[in-house]
Amino acid sequence: MSLKTTTALAATLTVAASLAHAQEVRVYNWSDYIDESLLEKFEQETGLELIYDVFDSNELLETKMLAGSSGYDVVVPTGDFLQRQIAAGAFQPLDKSQLPNIENTWDVINDRTAQYDPGNEYAITYLWGTTGIGVNVGEVTERLGEDAPVDSLALIFDPANMEQLADCGVHFIDAPTELIPAALAYLGEDPTSQDPDVIAKAEDVLMGVRPYVTKFHSSEYINALANGDICVAFGWSGDVLQARDRAAEAENGVEIAYNAPKEGALMWFDMMAIPADAPNPEGALQFINFILDAQNIAAATNYVNFANGNEASKEFVDPEILADPAIYPDEATLENLYVVQPLPPRVQRTVTRMWTKIKSGT
Amino acid sequence: MRLSSRPVLIGLPYLWLLLLFLVPFGIVLKISLSDVAIAIPPYVPVLDPSEGWAGITGFLSQLDFENYVWLTQDDLYWKAYLSSVRIAAISTALTLLVGFPLAYAMARAPEQWRPSLLMLVILPFWTSFLIRVYAWIGILSNEGFLNQALMGIGLIDAPLTILNTNAAVYIGIVYTYLPFMVLPIYATLEKMDGSLLEAAEDLGCTRLQAFWAVTVPLSRPGVIAGCFLVFIPALGEFVIPSLLGGSDTLMIGKVLWEEFFSNRDWPVASAVAIVLLLILVVPIVLFQRNQERSA
Repeated sequence: MSLKTTTALAATLTVAASLAHAQEVRVYNWSDYIDESLLEKFEQETGLELIYDVFDSNELLETKMLAGSSGYDVVVPTGDFLQRQIAAGAFQPLDKSQLPNIENTWDVINDRTAQYDPGNEYAITYLWGTTGIGVNVGEVTERLGEDAPVDSLALIFDPANMEQLADCGVHFIDAPTELIPAALAYLGEDPTSQDPDVIAKAEDVLMGVRPYVTKFHSSEYINALANGDICVAFGWSGDVLQARDRAAEAENGVEIAYNAPKEGALMWFDMMAIPADAPNPEGALQFINFILDAQNIAAATNYVNFANGNEASKEFVDPEILADPAIYPDEATLENLYVVQPLPPRVQRTVTRMWTKIKSGT
Repeated sequence: MRLSSRPVLIGLPYLWLLLLFLVPFGIVLKISLSDVAIAIPPYVPVLDPSEGWAGITGFLSQLDFENYVWLTQDDLYWKAYLSSVRIAAISTALTLLVGFPLAYAMARAPEQWRPSLLMLVILPFWTSFLIRVYAWIGILSNEGFLNQALMGIGLIDAPLTILNTNAAVYIGIVYTYLPFMVLPIYATLEKMDGSLLEAAEDLGCTRLQAFWAVTVPLSRPGVIAGCFLVFIPALGEFVIPSLLGGSDTLMIGKVLWEEFFSNRDWPVASAVAIVLLLILVVPIVLFQRNQERSA
C-alpha cells in the first residue's frame, strides 16, 4: 500500500471515528412496533443519529440487560420483566425535568404501571395491549361452523376444537408467562397465581392441545396469519391486527379478526427505560420525549394498532382505532383484564421447565 | 539464534490454545460453579480482585458442583444430548450420502472443469448462512415452492408438512454442511492415482469391484474428515433447529438457549456447555488418533 493511500485511509478512519462520536442514540424495541417514518423524523428534529434495533422476546432483552454493556440508550421491556430488571440495577432513574412531554401521559395507565415501577421512576409506557386470539375467519368458520367460539379460550384450549384446527395451523407465542396464566383463566383459576401447585394445573391444559400446535413463536405468526398459512394464533392484539391489515392490503381473501378472550385476558405494558450504563442518556431522554409527543405516539398507534399511554394523543389517533375495543378496551372489557407480576426465581424455573416439556414433549 | 527461536515457535500454538480455548473454557467453567442471582451479571460470586487474597479464597469457597448435580436430576438434559447426537449422526450420514457422489463426480470430471465445479461448491458461502436457512422456510412451508411445485405436477393432493419437523432440520443441516463433506472427500479422490484403478481392472476387477476395493478405502481419510467437520458443528447447532425445526425438535443448543434466556440461569447454561464439550471431546480424540495413524 502506498504512503498516500495509507494517509488517506487513516484520515478517513479518523473522520469516521469522530462521526461515530457525533451523538448517536441506540434504541432496542420490539419488532413491527413503530411507524418507521418516525425514526427519520426524530433524526431530522434532533440532528442525532438513530440506530434502531429490534427483538421479539423479553427473555432476549433481559439477557442483554443482565449481561451489561448492551450499548443501548433506550430499551422497551414489558412491565413484569421491567420490575425484575430494576431490582437487578439495570436501569437509571429518568430525569423528568428533561421530559417536558411527560405531562401528556395518561393517569389511568400510569397508575397501572406503578405496580411494576413505583412512582414511575424508571420507565414510561410506550404502548400496551392484550394477549388474545387471532383467527382466520373463513378457515375457522369452515371447520367449526358459524358459532365457533372465537372469543373464548375454549377455541385454543379445548382439544376437540384444536383437533379440527390442527390441519390449517395454530401458532402460540413462545411466552410461558402469558400462556400459563391464560390456561389458568380457562380453568377458572386465578391467572395471576404464583403458587406452583396452581400453576401445575396449566400443564394438563397445554399438554392436551400440544399435539395440535404447529409452532411456538413470537413473531412469525403475523406473516403466517396474513398469508393464510395458519388459521389461529394466540398472540398480541396489535400484531394480529397488523396481520389483518397486511392481509387486507394484499387482497388475498384472508380475513383476520382479534378477540380478547371472555374468560379474561392478560394486559401488558411495554415500557421505555434507560439502561444504567447507556452511552448517551441525554440522547435517550430526547428520544423518549420525542415519543411522548402526542402526534408522534399517535402515529405509532395508528401504524401498529396498539394503544398508547398518552392522553393528549387521543385527538390524533384514528377515530376507528380509538373506538375499537380490541385496541382501546371499553369499561366492560377492562374489568376482564388482568396483569401479572414477575415470578420468584424458583417458580420461574418450574415454569420454564414446564414450558420446555410442553414444547418438546420431554 | 536457532536455539532461542525454537521455544517461540513451539510456544506459539500453545499461546493460541491458551488464549482461544483455555481462557474462555476457564470462564465458562467458573460460571458453571456459581449460583444464579438477580444482578448484573446474573450470578454470584463475582471475583473481586481488589480484595486481594481473602477475596480469592472467599470466592473459591462459594463455588460448588450443584449445577452439575442438577443436570443429572432432570432427564431433559440427557434426552437433549442423546437427541442431538442422533440428529447430528443421521444428518452426517445423509450428508455423506449426498456429498460422496458429488465429490466423486467432481474428481472424475475433466481437469479444466474442476476449478469451476469447486467454485460452485463454495459459491453459497457468499450469501449469509442465516439468509440461506431462512430461504428454506419459503421453500418448505405448506404454501411454499416445494409443495406448490409438487401439487402443480399432480404428485400430491394436499401439501406435505415438512417445515417445523425434524425432516426440515435434516434438510437444513445437509444443505448447510454439504461443502464441508464434499471438499475433503474431493481432495482425497483428486489425489488418487488413476493407474491403481487400471491395475485393478487388469487384475480382473469389474468397475464396481474396483470402486469398492480401491476408491473407497483410499478416500477414507477424506470421508472421516468430512464426517467430523459435519458432525461436530451439527451437534451443537442452534440456528437450523430453531428456524426449521418444530417445537418438539429437542437439541442441546435449544436447551442451552432456554437456560440462558428464559431461566436467566447462566450457571446451569454453562454447566450444560461444559458437558457438551466433554461429549465432543470423544469424537475429537478419535479423529486425532485417526489422523496420527494415517500420517
